[in-house]
This record gives sequence, C-alpha cells and structure tokens, in this order.
Amino acid sequence: MTAPQGSADGDAVLRAEGLVHVYGGETRALDGVDLAIRRGERIAIVGQNGSGKSTLVRHFNGLLRPTEGRVLVEGRDTDGQRVAHLSATVGLAFQDPDRQIFAGKVRREVAFGPQNLGRRGADLQAAIDEALVATGLDMDAQTNPYDLGFSRRKLLALASILAMGTPIVILDEPTTGQDARGVERIHLIVADLSAAGRTVVAVSHDMRFVAEAFARVIVMRDGRIVLDGTPAEVFAESAWPTLASTFLEPPLAARVGARLGLGSTPTDAALEAALAGAG
Amino acid sequence: MLELRSVSYRYAGYATEVLHEVDLRLSDGEIVGLVGPNEAGKSTLCLVASGLAPASIGGSLSGTLTLDGTPAAGLATHQLAERVVVGFQNPNTQRSGIAATVFEEIALGPMNLGLAVEDTVARTREAIARLKLDHLVLRDPTRLSGGQAQLVGIASLLAMRPRHVILDEPTAQLDPAGTRLVGEALRSLAGTGTSLLIAEHKTDLLDGLCTRIVVIDGGRIVLDGPTSEVFDDRRLAGLGIEPPARVRLGRLLGSRGVDPAVMAGALTDSAR
Repeated sequence: MTAPQGSADGDAVLRAEGLVHVYGGETRALDGVDLAIRRGERIAIVGQNGSGKSTLVRHFNGLLRPTEGRVLVEGRDTDGQRVAHLSATVGLAFQDPDRQIFAGKVRREVAFGPQNLGRRGADLQAAIDEALVATGLDMDAQTNPYDLGFSRRKLLALASILAMGTPIVILDEPTTGQDARGVERIHLIVADLSAAGRTVVAVSHDMRFVAEAFARVIVMRDGRIVLDGTPAEVFAESAWPTLASTFLEPPLAARVGARLGLGSTPTDAALEAALAGAG
Repeated sequence: MLELRSVSYRYAGYATEVLHEVDLRLSDGEIVGLVGPNEAGKSTLCLVASGLAPASIGGSLSGTLTLDGTPAAGLATHQLAERVVVGFQNPNTQRSGIAATVFEEIALGPMNLGLAVEDTVARTREAIARLKLDHLVLRDPTRLSGGQAQLVGIASLLAMRPRHVILDEPTAQLDPAGTRLVGEALRSLAGTGTSLLIAEHKTDLLDGLCTRIVVIDGGRIVLDGPTSEVFDDRRLAGLGIEPPARVRLGRLLGSRGVDPAVMAGALTDSAR
C-alpha cells in the first residue's frame, strides 16, 4: 500500500526525507517522515489532532524548518530558501483564516498574493476574478472581509491562495465551517486544480470529503505515516485496526460495504456502484 | 427553560434584520441541534439566545429572551453568565487572553461566578478530566492547536456548570475522537438538567446527540421537530443541508431491498 519510493518518484514535486521536527526542544511532532508527492496528485493527510499533519505541511512552504532530515520542493532543498521565494511555488491556506486576512476589501485581499509575485494589469485582474468566481465570492469583491461570516472568510483565504497560481496548493482543514454547498464547492476546486496539473495537498478531519475528493490518503500517527494508499485501500476493512489505533473511523459507506461483503466502498457512490454490480 | 419569543434582530449599523420572528424553546435537559446553510443566521441566533446580542454587541432586538422565567433584558452581564454560556466557532475568540496556563483559563469561568477557591478547583479538575486535557493543564493557552483550543474552550464552559449552553460549531476544529469526546461530555451535561443548543454542520454528530432539530434559513425557522423526522425530511437537500450518512445510505439500501439490520450493525461498528 505504500507509495513507490526511490527512482519511481523521480518526478516528485514535494519530498520529505527522514523529516523530524521537534518543537521547543521537547515535543517531537514529526518522527521520521519519508514522503514523495508527484505532480498533479490530490493527496489528503488525516490523523488525530497533534499527529503532525499541520507540522508536516508547514515544512513544504518553509514556515517550519526540519530539525533533522530534509524537504525538497520541485527537487530543491528548502534549506536556505526563503518563505517569500517558496511562496511562488507553494501556496498554503491556513486553518484559521483570520491568521491570513488583513485587507479592508475582499478584492484587495485576493490581489495581495499575486501582486507580490509580480503579476500586474489584466493578468492580475484575471487571476483575482478567477479565484473570486471559484470560491463564489465574486459578488463580495468590495465587501470588508470581517463582514463575511466565518465560512466565507475561510473561502476568502482559499481564494487568496488560488489567485497566486502556485503549482502546489496546500489546504489546512479547508471544509471547516462549510455547509454542504461549501464542501461541494471546495471539492470542485480541488478537482479543477488537479485537472490543471497543479498538486493539491489537504489536511482534513472530514473522512467523507477525503474519500470523495482525493486520490491518495496518508494517515499519520504520532509524527509518522502509518497508512498511505488510495481511499479504497486506506478505508478497506483490513486497515480498520490501524485507523482505530489513531481513533479514526472509515466512512459509514465503507462499513456498510464491508458488512455486505462488497469489498472496499469508501464513498456513497462506490457503495451504490457495488450494490448495482452485486444486484 | 430558555425561551425566545417572536425574536427579530438586526446588527448595529445594518438596515436589514438577520433574524425574523424566531420562536424557540429549550426545555431542561434537552439537546437541540441547529442546522442551516451558511449565513442563514445560525451564529446570530447563538448570539441572541445567549443574550450577548444586543447586551454586549449592540444591535436592535424585538421580542423576548427569557431564562427560567426571567427576562434576559433586565439582567446584568454577570447574572446572564450565571444562567447561560456560549461557546464560539473560533476558540481564539473566546480565550480570555489573561490566563498563563490552560488550568487557569478553565478556572476563570467558575472564579468569575464568585465561587470559593476549592469549588473552582474541583470544577476545573472535573472539566479537565471529562475532556481528557490533563496533559495540557500547564501549557500556555495561546500556544495550542486549533483542536486543543476548542476542547479547552468547551472545558471552560463545562466548569461553569451552566443551566443553558449555546454552542456555535463546537467541533469544527476537532478530530473524530475529540468530536466523540465532546458529544459524550455534552450528553452527560444534559443529564444534569442543562439545556443545550448546538449549531453544527456535522449532521452525523447531531443525529446521535439531539432530541430535536431546528432548521434555520434566511433568518427564519423553517423546520422544528424530532431528530429522526427532520433529518428524514426531503426538503433538507434543497436547503443545502446534508442529511446524516445513516439517512442517505439508509435510503440507498432501502431502494435495493437490503435488510435494515445491516445499517444498524454498520452504525455500531463505529461505536468504539
């Protein structure tokens, strides 16, 4: 189930090698992570609070630096690369949008990132418009971000990252506070990014979203990767003990499919297809 | 009992109302789920039901909020806090900002109720044990992960042993284990007679927790009934609300003639 290592992932856009991160000299948040993510992959990272998910992804844009091991972005060691430089390649939307938002108008907020990357004029305006439409904020371009509810501030933080057009997009808990339509919107954004050849890495607690929107799922426990595979592999009955060891549950569709002997059906759609096939 | 009668509300500086003639009653020991699409008025209703709006944040309210028969309008802030507490979506909004440790942060609520030190400590310890926060008690509350901060926020509320609790997406940042822990803590709080209103998108959580579900859309309550009835209502999809997996998959299995016992079994597979 482990993703191919070594030469087979020579085209990895993100790579962690023996990555260890220790906070404040005592908390070992990452305890030896080896991971290769290929261009255009849609990959979700799941695990308990404190399992190291956010710590891992913050190494990819240089916000955190390895205590041991190394991180490569597009083949280059992040050591010595500034966050400002990495941010042209890796966009990271924070879990808490209020740590990211500062401008007085939605449009200004979204413009900041691409402007810093040197985009100007019609090209800049097009990038902003595209991000606002994707997140459904096009009617709120002149609104003050703090007049938006939490769920739309979250979408605004996402729009700001999308507008930068980075080849790698990292989303920390993107569906938090979103209603069903919001989750569907984010699902579509992930699919569109991936279709355009951009790499998407998301940290999420929402197992249904993970199973439906991502092609590869990584399960972390105590700073290590314990499962790595497709949703069908990671949520298969044989993997349940490992999931349970980190207090995760497979989606209900997977549990129903297993009870019916239909194999691994991690999504509603997979269960429906398996039922149709069995019937 | 907490009761809202014909409540309409608009925020200070805004021309239009965001709640329209809301009637809502929370009986003692009842856990009521509040669902609705984003921007439907869930968070506003939480502010109004807890008395923060208009008392603390201004705005204009018509109708009445009564707490165990006492109109909230006449209560001072500390009297209000003795009767109803509110937990916010973003735990960083709730943090006192003056406590040096997680223990002190949680103790602040009961302390502010004017309790004796030993009572404050006992309540704080109980809340910490209930949410399994023992390993965090000496940590700086400003240096917690989102999920940890959310658990600390909920522990702070529990320590006040409130009569009424209003929670705005209490598990938004929690992992599945933390979500279950909060569910158990809230259920046991309701067992002591506390009434709870929980605004949540996670209908799967509410499905196992609530006796009643209230649906809000466009600032009006559009559905209010027993959990199983409301979650089975076909209008939910049109309101942008996801029915719980139990209901969604139950329909699918039903249409295929699968024995309902399969669903019942699969649901218990999760009860670890």
